[in-house]
Amino acid sequence: MVEFIVNWVAFTPVFAVPLMLASIGLIINERAGVMNLGAEGIMLVGAFAGVVVYIESGNILALGTLGAIAAGLVVSALFAFMVVTMRLNQVVAGIAIVFFASGLTGLIGNPWTERAVEGFTKVDMGVLSTIPVLGKIVFSQDLMVYASVPIVYFVWRFLHRSIPGMKLRAVGENPQAADAAGVSIDLMRFGAVVTGGALVGLAGGYLALAASKIWVEDMTHGRGWIAVALVIFARWRPGRAVLGALLFGGIEALIPRIQAVGLAVPQYLLLMMPYLVTLAVLTYVGLVSRTGSGAPGALGLPYVREDRR
Amino acid sequence: MAHALQMTDIVKSFDGRMALDRAEFAAEWGEVHGLLGENGAGKTSLMNVLCGLYRPDAGRMSIDGVEHRIEGPSHARALGIGMVHQHFKLVQPFTIAENVMLANPQTSWRKGIATVSEGIARLSDELGFEIDPAARIDRISVAEQQRVEIIKVLMGGARLLILDEPTSVLTDEEAARLLRTIQALARRGTCVILITHKLREVLAHADRVTVMRGGRTVATVDASSTSAPDLARMMVGDAPVDDTEPGQSGPVRLQISDLTARRDDGVSTVRGLSLTVCSGQIYGLAGVGGNGQTELAEVLMGVRAPEVGRIGLDGSDITALHPKRRRALGVRNVPADRSAYGLAQELSVGDNYASTRLGSGAFGTMAWVSRRTIGARANAALEDFEIQGATVDTSVRLLSGGNAQKLVLARELHGEPAVIVAHSPTHGLDVRACAAVHDHLRAARDAGAAVLLISEDLDEVLNLSDVVGVINRGAIVGELARPADRHRVGELMLGHA
Repeated sequence: MVEFIVNWVAFTPVFAVPLMLASIGLIINERAGVMNLGAEGIMLVGAFAGVVVYIESGNILALGTLGAIAAGLVVSALFAFMVVTMRLNQVVAGIAIVFFASGLTGLIGNPWTERAVEGFTKVDMGVLSTIPVLGKIVFSQDLMVYASVPIVYFVWRFLHRSIPGMKLRAVGENPQAADAAGVSIDLMRFGAVVTGGALVGLAGGYLALAASKIWVEDMTHGRGWIAVALVIFARWRPGRAVLGALLFGGIEALIPRIQAVGLAVPQYLLLMMPYLVTLAVLTYVGLVSRTGSGAPGALGLPYVREDRR
Repeated sequence: MAHALQMTDIVKSFDGRMALDRAEFAAEWGEVHGLLGENGAGKTSLMNVLCGLYRPDAGRMSIDGVEHRIEGPSHARALGIGMVHQHFKLVQPFTIAENVMLANPQTSWRKGIATVSEGIARLSDELGFEIDPAARIDRISVAEQQRVEIIKVLMGGARLLILDEPTSVLTDEEAARLLRTIQALARRGTCVILITHKLREVLAHADRVTVMRGGRTVATVDASSTSAPDLARMMVGDAPVDDTEPGQSGPVRLQISDLTARRDDGVSTVRGLSLTVCSGQIYGLAGVGGNGQTELAEVLMGVRAPEVGRIGLDGSDITALHPKRRRALGVRNVPADRSAYGLAQELSVGDNYASTRLGSGAFGTMAWVSRRTIGARANAALEDFEIQGATVDTSVRLLSGGNAQKLVLARELHGEPAVIVAHSPTHGLDVRACAAVHDHLRAARDAGAAVLLISEDLDEVLNLSDVVGVINRGAIVGELARPADRHRVGELMLGHA
């Protein structure tokens, strides 16, 4: 039993980190007032690009990771062009991105499909990794797990303890006020979408190179959507997003564990669990948050300066 | 000598409608300059051009004789131009210090907050404000938010301060205090531009006045050498008449007893309120904003459930009735927030007019709505209520405040209303539209309706009401028959009894 739990906890970060990075990226987007429902698509492109660059560069992990980030940048720049520059409906544009990404990676992805990659490997910390329990949970993760800690901290610090971060939040809460204060709404939103998109792309790349270690069509399986829900659960706060990601990562990590020990639980019920929990969590948030959801005031609303009311 | 500020031949149009048509404006350092005009006269548009929010189609502008082309809000700010908008440009979940810092860039977060907080403390001392820089905007009153706006602008180094309808959200007391502050600022050399449509304010507190009408400048005069009737004539072309015939009250129609209701944050704002309004009577509810008026209006509309209490209509209990049932019984609402409760902005005039009676069968069946009937009825209403510049198909979003309110009235007063709850029905309207709204409410009263007028505009309450009730901390603290004594009402409003 102890071994089961240790294994489970030790496996959680690999599943939690993609959700964490994606929801942190989305928080950057949404704090600037842009609702990015394209997360699923951006993650997918990130996963694809990560694997392709990794394989084609001769298994250079750093390049694969950068490839995922770059893909996230490119696709979210397209999204930003649609919703920030052209002021299209953010929901529609986001969903279009999902279908576009799924179609594109499916179309050109064949040569790289189902080629197992080594990807991220556990960091060997020598003696530390052999400590019972802690060694396995804390000191035998891969680099990205460790890197995600400063990433989250940096994003929190940026959003809540820096002046550009304050401007970004002002743009998401009240663009009229930010505009009058001399902040360029379009620039700030474009920057937020692209930066957040890069993190979402990285999340996808990590998912392919660390969790599944393979590229399969539509392999993100709704994790982008779960990240969207996680942002709501987290009330747009990075710290709470980490908690949420750990919760969901834990559930995902549980699935292969249960199968590994051979418990007779219907497979489809297991696979459904993350989505069931998403529903439960959103319902819970809806029930508890009577004082408002904490959503940025201008979330999802394109900003037009000379709008007369 | 060159003027401190001079704007010449400013033109600005929106979707083909001329908001500014070769407008002129000049002001000097150290004066309070009133900018007077009806709604839609172009006052705010002109000042939005000045502060860089709108880019003019044509026109020139100079400060101290030096010509400038203002590229945007930050450019305007660099030139020392600061504006306090009617809708405050404050970020609600931010603290006061953060809001001030947003508008006045600092180099680092921690040092910035410290510097800004210190500046806020110093300035509020000078101006006699009491402000806690760490308080969040959504937790402070409107008057306090306005002070934050002023401080924000002054800390940005503004020498030219524009205030857009600053007193419309304030009580008499708060307004007087603000106007004194403004005069003190002008004595320090600041040029203060006061956009308003309140004649009394301008006459008492401005040095000079510029009057605008229809996007053009009518004249600039010294406040000391003009009079209210003169200014009013310049504003509207003709002086508004004030008819004040009292109503003939009949039996009790609306009876509210021991009503208690909570605000969204759980605080009880209506506390044991009781009042009765008779047929043929206008009951004016005077009070400082935030004493429960909003919640009372919402409870009467049926969109907020009371904690305890009873609402009676013609003797029967309607406390628990759905808004639709209330409407069927003749309860009508003129909500304070037109854009949220009164009208659907993106729908047409006709659709908005028909919206509350679609179920009644007046415009066809459930499956087949007759657009022709809607068009005909709405057209008649447009004429009856003198809603100009709109057709049945015009999107409501494009209506001016006055016309939008008249449309609400046209819909709500249709048929034989039993009770009319009018909350700040003339807020933000110009003199002529105000008079029209008042006339319609009086006509409804004379037809036998019980009118509950909830207003923060004391003049309106005193002018219109047959009975004045004063609400303070969620309860009626006094009722005065017409003609009510202004000072007594003021005492009750501000007292803490």
